[in-house]
Amino acid sequence: MINYVIWRILQMIPILLGVTLIVFVLLRVSGDPVLLMLGEDAQPEQIEALRLALGLNKPLYQQYLMYMADLLTGDFGNSLRYNGQPALQVVLERLPATASLAATGLLFAVVISLPAGIVAALKQHRMADHIASSFSILGQAMPNFWLGIMLILIFAVTLGWFPVSGSDKPLSVVLPGLTLGSGLAAMLTRMLRSSLLEVMQQDYIRTARAKGLSQSTIIVRHALRNAALSYLTVIGLEASALMAGAVVTEQVFAWPGIGLLAIQAINSRDMAVVQTIVILSSVIVMSMNLIVDILYSVVDPRIQHG
Amino acid sequence: MADTETLPGLSPPLVVPARRLHLSPLAAFGLAMLTIFVLMAVLAPLLAPYDPTTPNLRARLVPPMWVAKGSADHILGTDHLGRDMLSRLIYGSRIALSVGFLGVVLASFIGVSVGLIAGFWRGPVDSILMGAVNILLAIPNTLLYLTVLAVFGQSLLLMIIVIGCINWTTFARVVRGEVLSLKEREFIEASRSIGQHPVVTLLRHVLPNVLGPIIVIATLNVAALIILEASLSFLGFGVQPPTVTWGRMLADGRNYIATAWWLAAIPGLMITTLTLSLIFIGDWLRDRLDPRNAS
Repeated sequence: MINYVIWRILQMIPILLGVTLIVFVLLRVSGDPVLLMLGEDAQPEQIEALRLALGLNKPLYQQYLMYMADLLTGDFGNSLRYNGQPALQVVLERLPATASLAATGLLFAVVISLPAGIVAALKQHRMADHIASSFSILGQAMPNFWLGIMLILIFAVTLGWFPVSGSDKPLSVVLPGLTLGSGLAAMLTRMLRSSLLEVMQQDYIRTARAKGLSQSTIIVRHALRNAALSYLTVIGLEASALMAGAVVTEQVFAWPGIGLLAIQAINSRDMAVVQTIVILSSVIVMSMNLIVDILYSVVDPRIQHG
Repeated sequence: MADTETLPGLSPPLVVPARRLHLSPLAAFGLAMLTIFVLMAVLAPLLAPYDPTTPNLRARLVPPMWVAKGSADHILGTDHLGRDMLSRLIYGSRIALSVGFLGVVLASFIGVSVGLIAGFWRGPVDSILMGAVNILLAIPNTLLYLTVLAVFGQSLLLMIIVIGCINWTTFARVVRGEVLSLKEREFIEASRSIGQHPVVTLLRHVLPNVLGPIIVIATLNVAALIILEASLSFLGFGVQPPTVTWGRMLADGRNYIATAWWLAAIPGLMITTLTLSLIFIGDWLRDRLDPRNAS
């Protein structure tokens, strides 16, 4: 198992190198970093001096190696917008807000999809199935930022139950969490329904029924456990979508996480912060995939990593 | 030399019995709605009652006609600058459909080519191409789109190119998987054994057999790209004004959510209806074209 985890972490290295290469190229084509730092009215001597100091006169591959050396020592550059603070620090300060939003989104997705998927599978082709399936298709078709705005209109503006935006009140996370989790909830419901329907046809379920086990025991102890693998896979695969969704959701609700920070940084060409967010979120996505892979062997003992 | 198409074991791909193409009610609804949207986009100048970009400050924030104070002059109301909502929605469909369909054409071209090459030749080519797929999958796409669009600018053409160049990974993975299993089939071996050029084998025998999954993914992908385009426009990174986009309409409408709900509600409803139609068509196509559903 430990060998497997080490092997998977080693596999991340070339992917991370690729991510940094893309970020490096984008940084270089986004404009002259020296002009961004000094401003348009800088003197030519100043520009030349800073160019030399930053090593921008060297060949591109050397610049990339220097850039990688900086990254490895935790130096992601300094933010232009936040008074020259280290970009990594600026991003890490916003990370807890995004983490709590993503966790709430994931929680909503699981809490909605588990009962909805089970009911839809057990009552196949009945009213409950039609309702659950319709909602799950609608959840996939709806842009989540629109759902967010409609939730604000109904629950914040009209009913006044939740704050319109921000993160300063305890209930602030409910509407953004629901918005972020809706797409995932829809996908998980659909997936759980179909995998449960498949599992329920198996011989061992028939055996369990013949033994006289109750319907709930059959579902929880036998069917759900076997459907859990694809359920987990979808959660792992959708980690990236959850991070991407956070960008839009945070914008709708003015939620002070790294998504909102990313938009502000891109708008103000604060490329040090942009690269930090891209690299950090890639690491988070890959780590989530790894965690899901490890959980596989917990859920399904037949899968032995090692 | 015998043509491989006459070899035994070779079944013509994508030949689906007519009864299996029978439309389900949802698919019929989807196709009808999609046709309406396409006609709307094509005939926009004829259908739109007003110019979508000309402001009319005397008719600002007029509600839809069925709401109190609504007017029959503006069926779906007007926005904060007095521009007719119906006309703007009609014109907005052009950007949504262009990005959706052309983005998918480009993405599927790149993805299918990558998948065919990686699956057929395997080895280092496969490792490099699938490495590129893994890299693109690791970066949350919205961040990548935003950064690239911010760096290179925001025009319709650029948006389609950027989306096509980033969004091809699903096509590549699915096609590669299909090619890997097809490669072991007799008719592919036959084609190779009679000395056909690998490209001919790929294009004449492999490609037609993976078209089913490609069509299904492409349809569902159009829906995803329409939502993506709306999201990027909503965030201010889409095609810039005066071009009308549904996402931009929604972003403008959000500022008037307390006083003029229709500004945000109606464009979102349009996006949802269009993507819903495409999902219905995609689901129907999957049921029909996926051999695993043949029974």
